[in-house]
Amino acid sequence: MQFSSRRKKFTTNSQTELYSHPLLFYVQPPLENISLMEFETFAVERLKLLKTIENLGVSYVKLSDQYIKKLEAESKALNFLYRAEADDRKPQSGPTEQEKRRKDHISHFILRLAYCQTEDLRRWFIQQEVDLFRYRFNDLYPKQKLEFLHRNNLQYDTISVEEKKALHDKLVNSSYAVSGITVEDQDFYKVPFQDALDLVRLRKVYLKAGYVYIPHQEIVTIVLNDFRTRLSKALALTARSLPAVHSDERLQPLLNHLSHAYVGQDYSIQKNVGKISLEQIDSLSGKSFPLCMRQVHQSLRENHHLRHGGRMQYGLFLKGIGLSLEQALQFWRSEFIKGKVDADKFDKAYAYSVRHMFGKEGKRTDYTPYSCMKVILSNAPSQGDHHGCPFRHSDPELLKQKLQVYKVSPSGIIQILELVKGMHYQLACQKYFELTHNVEEASFSLNHPNQYFIESQKVLGGGRDIKRETDAPQKPQENSTKAPSAAPEAAANTQDVAEMTEELDSFFQDA
Amino acid sequence: MPASDYDSACLPDILPLYYRRLFPFSQYYRWLNYGGVQKNYFQNREFSFTLKDDIYVRYQSFTTQNELEKEMQKMNPYKIDIGAIYSHRPNQHNTVKSGTFQALEKELVFDIDMTDYDDVRSCCSAAEICPKCWTLMTIAIRVLDRALRDDFGFQHLLWVYSGRRGVHCWVCDEAARKLSVAARSAVAEYLSLVKGGDETMKKVVLSDPIHPFIRESLVVVERYFPLYALQDQDILGRKESVDKVLALTPEDVRKQLQQDFQNEKKPENRWNLLKDQAKRKQGTSKKGQHFEKEIMLQYCYPRLDVNVSKGVNHLLKSPFSVHPKTGRISVPIDLKELETFDPFAVPTISMICEELDRPRTVEEEEKSEEINDKENEKDAAESRKIRDYKRTSLAKYVKCFDQFLDVMARSWKGELLKKSDLQKDF
Repeated sequence: MQFSSRRKKFTTNSQTELYSHPLLFYVQPPLENISLMEFETFAVERLKLLKTIENLGVSYVKLSDQYIKKLEAESKALNFLYRAEADDRKPQSGPTEQEKRRKDHISHFILRLAYCQTEDLRRWFIQQEVDLFRYRFNDLYPKQKLEFLHRNNLQYDTISVEEKKALHDKLVNSSYAVSGITVEDQDFYKVPFQDALDLVRLRKVYLKAGYVYIPHQEIVTIVLNDFRTRLSKALALTARSLPAVHSDERLQPLLNHLSHAYVGQDYSIQKNVGKISLEQIDSLSGKSFPLCMRQVHQSLRENHHLRHGGRMQYGLFLKGIGLSLEQALQFWRSEFIKGKVDADKFDKAYAYSVRHMFGKEGKRTDYTPYSCMKVILSNAPSQGDHHGCPFRHSDPELLKQKLQVYKVSPSGIIQILELVKGMHYQLACQKYFELTHNVEEASFSLNHPNQYFIESQKVLGGGRDIKRETDAPQKPQENSTKAPSAAPEAAANTQDVAEMTEELDSFFQDA
Repeated sequence: MPASDYDSACLPDILPLYYRRLFPFSQYYRWLNYGGVQKNYFQNREFSFTLKDDIYVRYQSFTTQNELEKEMQKMNPYKIDIGAIYSHRPNQHNTVKSGTFQALEKELVFDIDMTDYDDVRSCCSAAEICPKCWTLMTIAIRVLDRALRDDFGFQHLLWVYSGRRGVHCWVCDEAARKLSVAARSAVAEYLSLVKGGDETMKKVVLSDPIHPFIRESLVVVERYFPLYALQDQDILGRKESVDKVLALTPEDVRKQLQQDFQNEKKPENRWNLLKDQAKRKQGTSKKGQHFEKEIMLQYCYPRLDVNVSKGVNHLLKSPFSVHPKTGRISVPIDLKELETFDPFAVPTISMICEELDRPRTVEEEEKSEEINDKENEKDAAESRKIRDYKRTSLAKYVKCFDQFLDVMARSWKGELLKKSDLQKDF
């Protein structure tokens, strides 16, 4: 991609060909000139779209009616929505279909530059792009889906009619979506299981001798897998070319800011270290811990032990609220000793793991406390575990009992259980916060256990000792103060960047 | 678990003997070298050793079988773990530019641990096992072996007794070794039916349609259920167990059965009553109608730790490693004799070292003279070692390992031929 401050050129022929299908696998990068203005606008708008996708994905089941409706609205607002049929003949205000598809193409590649740098960024970017792709592919007509497959070389073998007959019952029983009629009418593809991991993982497909048997209508999962793999490889490649991109000083500030914007607060930087004493933990657990941490703390006190998953979730949370390494060691040691672990064994086995959490062993990564998303989606508890998100992982009956013990009002419990039924786990926890702190409405949108703790401390009328961490990153100010040292031509642009980035910050603060 | 005459304090004395005269190095190397099909496969493999006083060393690697032998005989590890094949020699990982030292391949592994069943076994808990609950491992092996072969198409599976309270499975097919993290986790999830921690009562929930995999697994479970659950574990005998079982049934069924059980005390009959209720539910309702299957699965279906299977770089206890607490050798399990496998009959290191000291029988003497006449000096030392393990209870397990390797070796031959063919084209 070449950058200049000239206005965009539009080469018609190859572009019309490229954008004749609404959906892209993003294989070929854009090969045109683009203004810095467009560069910035496109990137920021796509980022807003991806952020919306992330939020919707937590609150609603993906591809449910509400999810689709809200995503459609947002796509439209950001000029990303395109109709599956490119009907440019109708007079329209605003950008044409072609222009929207072009924006989609270019903005994707720009964000690759910003999000290829670390494992976490890549993972986040890939997840949102896959979700976006899933939504769009789902929106295509069957004919367009076929066309897409052929354009992108996904040729898998179909099985013969005889084989279909022989496997009839097994195929029907493998998936809710496959009926006897499906088996008769549709082609079934034999695909190596490595290419259909999502279907295998959820056991939604018939698997025999390493091959899954997929009706044509289900091919989307394969496509998604393919998309994910390609994007992952592409990002790794992009990362290697990054130094060249970063040497362009017009781009570096924006790309940096884009990649920091998604994270928001991750509570990895320890403030208030040592402001909490170990004696306070029991009472704090009742007053200011979210239910997940309260539960795991209680089980630690009762059993004098926690398994690995629980130690990670709770240990990192404690780090986030301000426990120092020495305090953490003392805390875990004194508790484990009361159980079956003697001091010696603790020092040999468990102390290492605590120090590891604080970045003092092994790779020396300073691990960040788990966000709600992480607690809910990964690290599921199994037999003998007490961690996880109670709203997600506990039986509703047991959850109800627990809330009763913690003196939540019966009407409050009903509200919480309703939210749980609708899979709105974070909203349920927020409701728990509201009920236990006696506030009408929480002033924040809950996405992190440490956030819960800080907000709780604020409400309980402290906030003096545990200072509120400022949300707005310092970056925009830094950028504009750096401006005088850059070339005069760049100065005007950095001011644009500063404005844009301020707008970006305020968007994410509201989220 | 009383292991005859084994005391962990004796390890420093008998480990050297084990590594010098009994550990099957040539079979071990034959395995991990995988026929030499891929370059540096053995050299780039990570081993980790736990030495005396709990000293743990990672990133060990060796260039030849001989080097492996010498190092192990020098260090006398209490425990040996096998890790992944890396991009570079693990013992040189510090010299590699950061970020480029990566785990590339490893066998797909599964670890079934008896403690994960504590909520459904009444005979033992934690590290204890007994013949009554060992059946759970038999069931696990049958279910998973079938699924890995029939559903996933894997062929080279090595099942190993962990030495104390569980079993491991090493899937050694080339396709398995090349699986990504995502693929391993997908396989493990496909095989998982029992979900939930202490806070979850009902850990298995089935809905229509019942996937062929679940049906096949139920066929296996149903074979063992009457003897294992109804008889040995007596889940429908004592009141607390009965209550736990009934808690897994729908409320209306529970009330009915509680009544019926007043008059029926025999567990087999109680189970039949429960099955009748299930049949009735299946005819009428759309939800909660598979509870009898769910109960069988919750009590018997294999519980695996997904985290063990997920990671390409995960370290797992090596076959033929000694278990420091019990002294038992981690031996391969012969599936043809699975029903009669007895973990308490697995040889301990003390046992086989003692067997070495037994005076040779007349037959053994004659045989050894015969062979001595035929060989030259170099081979003599090697064969003496081979003859050594053959004199002990370890022999049959090494034989089992050999058979496993023979089958796999046929696939290596095919690969090597393919490769040399390709080269000829140039």
